[in-house]
Amino acid sequence: MVQFRLPKDSKVLKGIQHPAIIQKKGLRQIDIYRYDPDQDRNPRLDRYQVDPEAIGPMVLDALLGIKDQIDSTLTLRRSCREGVCGSCAMNINGHNTLACTEPLAKHSGPIKIYPLPHLPVMKDLVTDLSQIYRQYASIEPWLKPKAIPEDGLEQRQMLDDRRPLEGLVECILCACCSTSCPSYWWNGDQYLGPLVLLQAERWLKDTRDGATQERLKALDDTFKLYRCHTIMNCTNTCPKGLNPARAIAHIKSAMVTIKKDPG
Amino acid sequence: MARPPPLSPHLQIYRLPLTAVLSISHRLTGVMLVGGLIVISLVLMVAVTWPQGFSGFQKGLQSAPGQILLWLFIYALFFHLCHGIRHLLWDRLWGFDAHRQVNIGVFQIGMSILLTLITLYLGQPEMSP
Repeated sequence: MVQFRLPKDSKVLKGIQHPAIIQKKGLRQIDIYRYDPDQDRNPRLDRYQVDPEAIGPMVLDALLGIKDQIDSTLTLRRSCREGVCGSCAMNINGHNTLACTEPLAKHSGPIKIYPLPHLPVMKDLVTDLSQIYRQYASIEPWLKPKAIPEDGLEQRQMLDDRRPLEGLVECILCACCSTSCPSYWWNGDQYLGPLVLLQAERWLKDTRDGATQERLKALDDTFKLYRCHTIMNCTNTCPKGLNPARAIAHIKSAMVTIKKDPG
Repeated sequence: MARPPPLSPHLQIYRLPLTAVLSISHRLTGVMLVGGLIVISLVLMVAVTWPQGFSGFQKGLQSAPGQILLWLFIYALFFHLCHGIRHLLWDRLWGFDAHRQVNIGVFQIGMSILLTLITLYLGQPEMSP
């Protein structure tokens, strides 16, 4: 449902200004969304000052620097710190991306950091992604082979058959795309969103997969697929440079190949 | 009872890219065009049945507020047309490259302005009495 404004309990209040650990020129100001489920209070925006010379170059380095030196209660997900795990996806200055691959130097002036948009917040920058994971499971993201190879070896694939999967298999399920999409904001309970549809395209394009017709039929739905209005936020925000909007267009165009059941 | 988890900010904080602004404008101009179509149908009906009323409409549209409404409508028409063509190209799987989005968007806005200016130029002789 379209709801432009935040619910009353979700409104972000003015937060605390944390003192800098040293006073010097060139400190970077970072405002961070904070929410503590153990306190009966609205979320707030806290202000921190970090010394860019004392930490690594990325936004994630600044967040971990704050957690180590200023405020150990700051809560966030992170793991690989090199853009392959997708844990540290968040909204940095109005744009969804991975904190670990986003240079501080890309931003001049203060940096505002929020959790991924339009999701339930568990704590600070940690959001509840279970709806997206449920929808991901609903497309049955595994190989349904056409036939078991007679020689008993694995399902093999020629190089040319592997090529269409490029730009799809690189997806790390960070959810930057789905949470950037206004259609997913308003209809996320029914619309599958760019993340899940790009994954759906990954299995549709696999020449070893034998369930293409069933997969297409399962997606042929006003809400699941056709809530995509080519707003292009997904493609504009993907930290891996993938193109969910194009993947969705490919699914829409493949819909005409569905074989109708006779009678 | 524990309070429900808050909803993270969305429209309030998201910096919408040009494509998103064009997309919502496409909707808004679509609504404007439907409103304008009702007025146009009215003008046509009056033109057939009631000449005095028609000259009233003509005077109204020649006034300053009428002119503003008329050209807003014409611009909305060309804006909607240009973005509609872009949707057709998308359906043909063309125009998805991320790095070209801004260029295509600026081109599309430029074309809608150009088409409006051409209409303004062609419409000029008829405007003078």
